[in-house]
Amino acid sequence: MATATAPATDTHHDAHDPHATNTGISNNKLAMWLFLSTECLLFGALISTYLIYKTRGNGEVLPTDLFDIPFTSVSSFVLLMSSLTMVLALSAFGRNDLDRGKAWLLVTAMLGAVFMGGQAYEFTAFYEEGLGYTTNPAASAFYTLTGFHGAHVSIGIVMLMSLWVAANQGKLTGKNSETVEIVGLYWHFVDLVWIFIFTVIYLIPPE
Amino acid sequence: MAIIEEPLALTSGEQHAERPLGVLTRPQANGSWKDWVSTVDHKKIGIMYGVAAMFFFLVGGLEALLIRTQLAFPENGFLSADVYNQIFTMHGVTMIFLFVMPFAAAFANYLIPLQIGARDVAFPRLNALSFWVWLSGAIFLNTSWIVGGGGADCGWFCYSPNSGITFSPTNGVDFYAIGLLITGIASLVSAVNLAVTCLNMRAPGMSLFRMPVLTWMLLVTQFLLAFALPVITVALLLLLFDRQFDSQFFDPEAGADPLLWQHLFWIFGHPEVYIIILPSFGIISEVIPTFSRKPIFGYSFMVFSGIAIGFMGWGVWAHHMFVSGIGPISVFAFSMATMFIAVPTGVKILNWLATMWGGKLNFSTAMLFAVGTVTMFTIGGLSGVTHSLAPADTQQTDTYYIVAHFHYVIFGGGVLGLFAGVYFWWPKIFGHFLDERRGKIHFWTMLIGFNLTFGPMHVLGLQGMSRRIDTYSSGFGFEFWNLVATIGSYVLGASVLFFLWNVYKSKKEAPNLPAPGPDPWDARSLEWSIPSPTPEHNFDEIPVIESQDDWWFRKYNIEDDGSVVRISSAEDAAQKGDAVGVHLPSPSFWPLVLAIGLPLIGYGVIFNLWLCVVGGLLTGGAIYAWVLEPVDDPDADGHGHDDHHDGDDPDGELATVGAAGDDTEGEG
Repeated sequence: MATATAPATDTHHDAHDPHATNTGISNNKLAMWLFLSTECLLFGALISTYLIYKTRGNGEVLPTDLFDIPFTSVSSFVLLMSSLTMVLALSAFGRNDLDRGKAWLLVTAMLGAVFMGGQAYEFTAFYEEGLGYTTNPAASAFYTLTGFHGAHVSIGIVMLMSLWVAANQGKLTGKNSETVEIVGLYWHFVDLVWIFIFTVIYLIPPE
Repeated sequence: MAIIEEPLALTSGEQHAERPLGVLTRPQANGSWKDWVSTVDHKKIGIMYGVAAMFFFLVGGLEALLIRTQLAFPENGFLSADVYNQIFTMHGVTMIFLFVMPFAAAFANYLIPLQIGARDVAFPRLNALSFWVWLSGAIFLNTSWIVGGGGADCGWFCYSPNSGITFSPTNGVDFYAIGLLITGIASLVSAVNLAVTCLNMRAPGMSLFRMPVLTWMLLVTQFLLAFALPVITVALLLLLFDRQFDSQFFDPEAGADPLLWQHLFWIFGHPEVYIIILPSFGIISEVIPTFSRKPIFGYSFMVFSGIAIGFMGWGVWAHHMFVSGIGPISVFAFSMATMFIAVPTGVKILNWLATMWGGKLNFSTAMLFAVGTVTMFTIGGLSGVTHSLAPADTQQTDTYYIVAHFHYVIFGGGVLGLFAGVYFWWPKIFGHFLDERRGKIHFWTMLIGFNLTFGPMHVLGLQGMSRRIDTYSSGFGFEFWNLVATIGSYVLGASVLFFLWNVYKSKKEAPNLPAPGPDPWDARSLEWSIPSPTPEHNFDEIPVIESQDDWWFRKYNIEDDGSVVRISSAEDAAQKGDAVGVHLPSPSFWPLVLAIGLPLIGYGVIFNLWLCVVGGLLTGGAIYAWVLEPVDDPDADGHGHDDHHDGDDPDGELATVGAAGDDTEGEG
């Protein structure tokens, strides 16, 4: 535990149980859960905005005209698989199998990067077909929502790579696998949001 | 948790050899100003919140006096319409985001750890971060007067399309949006931190339903903040993107719907009302029992009604929008919800009255402010329920009746309660009393000034005087009551200055007066079981809690026949504050550095994107420096000098900072 719980943990009573808290959940993990719960509201507001605006415009091209479901299905599948590799990374760190843990962290980050590449391709393709950020309310809402999700994935990749570096420096071992778990919580959440976005925004056709 | 058995080295006041970690060495406490800018002590952070909030109270108060001076006479030319718009906008924004919220945060920071028996909050460095980010956002917001071409001029609610670049061409609204985004990051970090503190850091035996009502109300407030702020974050970002990057969220010509802003804003804005009022409710729930010599009446009703307000606060936002054409079903549903939310509030008011009923009342200044809160809030609450009747509300919308109502709620219910807390906890925080005689003069002038200012606005509103209009014509019967309101506002301003004089004078007189001792009011909660002012380590020993009002039961016993017998003096029962070797978290500069980066990003978005790069590097660098700096000064904990990479410390913090990093990059 960090400075965070130093007052509570730096005693001989619970020196052997650094996570002794009232709820039994460590401060770091509880904070991540609370933070992710606030993120639900953030994405909730963005998704609602898109749903209200998805057909708004003055006859310009709409995002729904351009969706390439097979392509986005593949990149969604890639992101989903990264949740699997995240779990494998955590499991490896839990067994103190650092080599595998590091490898799975790297694979997770790379799958995330592939997804981001897909998003960059999609944005470029849409732009070339005439859907700019300022084209109409539907376009603004679409790019803002998916862009925010992409920013979250990117931050997740930075966190994964930071973990990878820390593991290489020997600062991240099986003893503090909870850190991997906490970053994993974030990663799974970002995946989950994408499942929601993919279903509600891409798969449900406009009326 | 943490009962100290063996002395460990005390971090405060000790000098240590410099460790070869260069920039990542933790700063050491040495009694200079650096202590304050690098502190992670929840008490110092609380005091800084209080001082900074008080400064912005004066700023917002000055803006209020300018408004009232302009409105003193019909067709007055003291302020131009344009300046008037900026002044009333910045008055609202300043008072809500830069005074009431941080002033409540001052109490939350200082008191939550003390009331639950903890040595600090869950994340001391994040706590420092919250304060510095809030302050940097507050300063950023006000620099729009200098570099932004004036303040925002769209009202604190900033309805679109008024807030668009067409109708508000200066940079004021950009400063509004970014400034509130930055202060929002601060509040969100603080909300997560304090909620984790309440849930995880309680002393042994301090179950949730033994927590003082204040801590409960603050916990509910943190949840409201945590869920309301992301919504305003989205709204502000959409507004900013519209203004800076030409997106089309609020342009009706492009097919956008201006109502979107209203919904997003009020989904945040109504819970915000309870974010403002619940801390005050909590404070007077501590003050009234103490000065009535009775336990709080209906503790569980008090707690559950607070939780109920927290839930129902999410279902009433559209009563701000009855004239927006939201349709009869919505109007009906939100009318009903608005009537219902008066029920838990009414429960609270009746419980305070029942607490006082039959008590031995002692009308100290704190008690006067608390009773003032109950009465003034009741008036504001009653005028609030009238808004639930949509036909009546249609008449009242955008009139001074609304202005009267929300000032009775926010000032009468919120600010008076916060002042009750100031007088109540002052001896605990600073080790001397605020003078009671001057305090009572402060109370009465404030109460009279407040009622003179806002009482007449009920009449003006019902007569049809519109709010947000820079002047009014003579001959409509508005002259008299406007003049009364203006005179009242000057009385109110004088009362605030008198309070500051009381602060100064009481401090000066303090050395000649007896010290307050640990428990000057014979109070009930844990913070009174330790010396005044609070020692740096809070508790010598973490107390083991056996009941509600545990501290009171260490002083008194209830006999079989129901009579109350004193079993110990407060001095004997209280901790002595002389423990040595309590391990405390080491200070850090990185929260401040991180906070300086954010307004740079803000200026960059408005003026030159290269500044964003500088700000981003500063913020990003601070995050990594924060992660990598040793968890403690390597010499501070007295054992394990060379093993500061041992254990899971650095990486445990990594995840925490990762979460904060998301805020800054994902939402800010």
